[in-house]
Amino acid sequence: MLSRIAESLFWIGRYVERADNTARLLDVHLNVLLEDPWVDEPSANASLLSVMNCDYEAPVSRRDVLATLAFDAERSSSIAWTLGAARENARRAREVISTEVWESLNTTRNQLPRWTASARPHEYFVWVRERAAVVWGLHSATTSRDDAWHFMELGRSLERADMIARLLMTRHFEGTTGPNWTTLLRSCSAHEAYLRTVRALVTEERAAEFLLVDRLFPRSIAYNLQKAEDTLGLIEGASNSRALSDRARLALGRARTNLEYRDVRDVLDDLPGQMREVQSACGAASDLIRDRYFLPASTVLWSQEAL
Amino acid sequence: MTRRRRDRDRSETWGGYRCCMTADQQTPWTGYQPVQAWDEAMDLEGRVRDPYRRVYHEIDRMSGEDLYSRAEALASTYLAQGVTFDHAGEERPFPLDIVPRVVGAEEWDIISPGVAQRVRTLEAFLADVYGSQHCVNDGIVPRRLIATSQYFYREAAGVDPANGVRVHVSGIDLVRDQHGIWRVLEDNVRVPSGVSYVLSNRRAMSQMFPDMFGAMGVRPVLEYSQRLRAALTRCAPNDIDDPTIVVLTPGVFNSAYYEHSLLARTMGVELVEGRDLETHNGRVYMRTTAGRRRVDVIYRRVDDDYLDPVAFRPDSALGAPGIVHAARLGNVTIANAIGNGVADDKLIYTYMPDLTRYYLGEEPILPNVDTWRLDEPEAREEVLDRLDELVVKPVDGAGGKGVLIGPKASREELAQVRAQILEDPRGWIGQPVIQLSTVPTLTDEGLEPRHVDLRPFAINDGDDVWVLPGGLTRVALARGQLIVNSSQGGGSKDTWVLGGVRQRGPVTPPPESKVELSGIGAVPQAAHPDDIEHGQQQQQQQQQQQGEPTC
Repeated sequence: MLSRIAESLFWIGRYVERADNTARLLDVHLNVLLEDPWVDEPSANASLLSVMNCDYEAPVSRRDVLATLAFDAERSSSIAWTLGAARENARRAREVISTEVWESLNTTRNQLPRWTASARPHEYFVWVRERAAVVWGLHSATTSRDDAWHFMELGRSLERADMIARLLMTRHFEGTTGPNWTTLLRSCSAHEAYLRTVRALVTEERAAEFLLVDRLFPRSIAYNLQKAEDTLGLIEGASNSRALSDRARLALGRARTNLEYRDVRDVLDDLPGQMREVQSACGAASDLIRDRYFLPASTVLWSQEAL
Repeated sequence: MTRRRRDRDRSETWGGYRCCMTADQQTPWTGYQPVQAWDEAMDLEGRVRDPYRRVYHEIDRMSGEDLYSRAEALASTYLAQGVTFDHAGEERPFPLDIVPRVVGAEEWDIISPGVAQRVRTLEAFLADVYGSQHCVNDGIVPRRLIATSQYFYREAAGVDPANGVRVHVSGIDLVRDQHGIWRVLEDNVRVPSGVSYVLSNRRAMSQMFPDMFGAMGVRPVLEYSQRLRAALTRCAPNDIDDPTIVVLTPGVFNSAYYEHSLLARTMGVELVEGRDLETHNGRVYMRTTAGRRRVDVIYRRVDDDYLDPVAFRPDSALGAPGIVHAARLGNVTIANAIGNGVADDKLIYTYMPDLTRYYLGEEPILPNVDTWRLDEPEAREEVLDRLDELVVKPVDGAGGKGVLIGPKASREELAQVRAQILEDPRGWIGQPVIQLSTVPTLTDEGLEPRHVDLRPFAINDGDDVWVLPGGLTRVALARGQLIVNSSQGGGSKDTWVLGGVRQRGPVTPPPESKVELSGIGAVPQAAHPDDIEHGQQQQQQQQQQQGEPTC
């Protein structure tokens, strides 16, 4: 597969997943603002923007948050921009991805203005999640499990691990008591799976454990880190299987085992710090993957010799 | 079609069809009036021409609203599919008109061999020009004409194509004049574009009018990609059996990017940009996630000038350094070949009939449009005298750029062009204004005649020239507009060539029409076989239980 195409696929995976998770995160945030009577809204908003790595000017209003993260197609942090970027990448990889996936991304982009003009964030978030589901469903139904599939899945699982880590950081926002664990589970579509698996009421430790290290639930951090590692192994092929030589896999494996082999109480005591660790591991892995597979295209310029 | 129905048409059209119409009898055709130009659907008396009969009746049965709603549906499919072209840096949907253009089988029997003959002439001319130049020595074409052609590249002289083909793909632009005669307007043998719209127009239109296709015997176009792939495979260097083919695109901001990606996708080959390619030791490679991979055939959609910064423009970021050298070594085939532009120079165009006789010993099947060579003093004088009634074009122009239509030009424009011609007579040709033929087209005011041209595409695989049945019909959407290029606000039509082998009469089912396939198992209806039987029982019981307290 062409390096340039692989990079586009990787980013389609990341962008679609990012749009989906940003929608979930914002939904939780708005919910908290409604339900928490003692909320200090500007600082909660500011913490959210800093978790999402956005610049802001205090005080941050609810409108600012929605513009920055949801509606403003000019800002790279927003869902609108992200969906547009996914479509642009798909256009570049048009001959590799299936027609169905392309049309679903293209239609999503075409319908965006209608949604960003409406003032009802919740419905917009539902729509975003649905569109992401449509893209993933078509992708899964129409793509061969070759490198085209692997690179998109790789981007998707890295992004998901990263975004769940950010979501868990909202527990420790300034100015609020934070969303409770039930809300967090719900926002990850994990509440029902949790109840079936744990068969108990939601307690902090068990809920945290479920979202951090559950091996079967597709939205736990460890599950996604493991999946990214496995996918990297598949891309690499059987040639280098005797020792782990891939530094991206090492970074991901370290982050995963750090969560898996640690007492969940310890993780909870330092949740923001631990989640930052996960994010930096994902970031490092992403950079290493780029260096190895996407080779920054060295543009060669030829100039005539001046005599 | 029944006899009765045809009779009714005649009485309608002859018996004052239009004035007698009452409001509720209006059809989309009400008010359709051909102008002076040759209208392909209707003659001046309002009689429908043969190839259009079926289309006419199909539309005749619709209401105006129905027609508009179909046109809207067509536009929205195009939007969803992302069928676009880039104009002035903006991605725009390509307008597709709802009324197809129909070309009768007899007409196609002239066009197809005519185009093939033209391509064979162009091939012979290019081989000669970049070889021993017999045509110059024999006095058919003046030497200075070739030496001064902007697209004559000495760099191409040493490059010998693997199977002798230089014009792998060509687009020969045809127009139909006032008398209905097909003429060649220009030859495109560099990087002719537009074939993707032929393919996607057909896909969209066949969904819109499914029953007309089989009934009319429209010839299929979808084999184009297979044909192109086969031709590219055959031109691979060193007789490689399974060559690696790539499509080279300038990138996503090119106006024809949609086409490049569609061709790569339907041929099942990689679409590369210049930065994906690198050359080592005279061989071309592409950068993949698994390292370098050798490339054998490059179907390039990048202009000569930008193809290779070593050989041509050094500031080009679109090409790959060294590929011309690799082609000269015979390690890679570049299709279409470098330097083809000398053959679609509009001044060379005027010599094409002579060249056909010279190389092939045949009379040209498709005539040229009469053309004055402005580097000849008498011709120049005549054209400059009558500048306000003629068309003048720059010889190297493409996309309708720089064309001046005398009758529509302002005094300043005329003066400006006159000065340009006097300064560089080699750079211009003059032609009479051709009233391009018209085809009914849906506009805001209903169906109206609009001017069209036709670009059939031909693929040369070394043994045979295959002409895609149909081609791109471009239509000028503004009334009276004669320039049809998409960059000048034109649209397109699906082109239906009749007389396909699949033409079907009324289908009578054969006596034993029952289809039986052996070994087909029953389709499982439910995961749990008990579900169906017990389900109803349970449902009744549950309903009863709910019902009991109220009874």
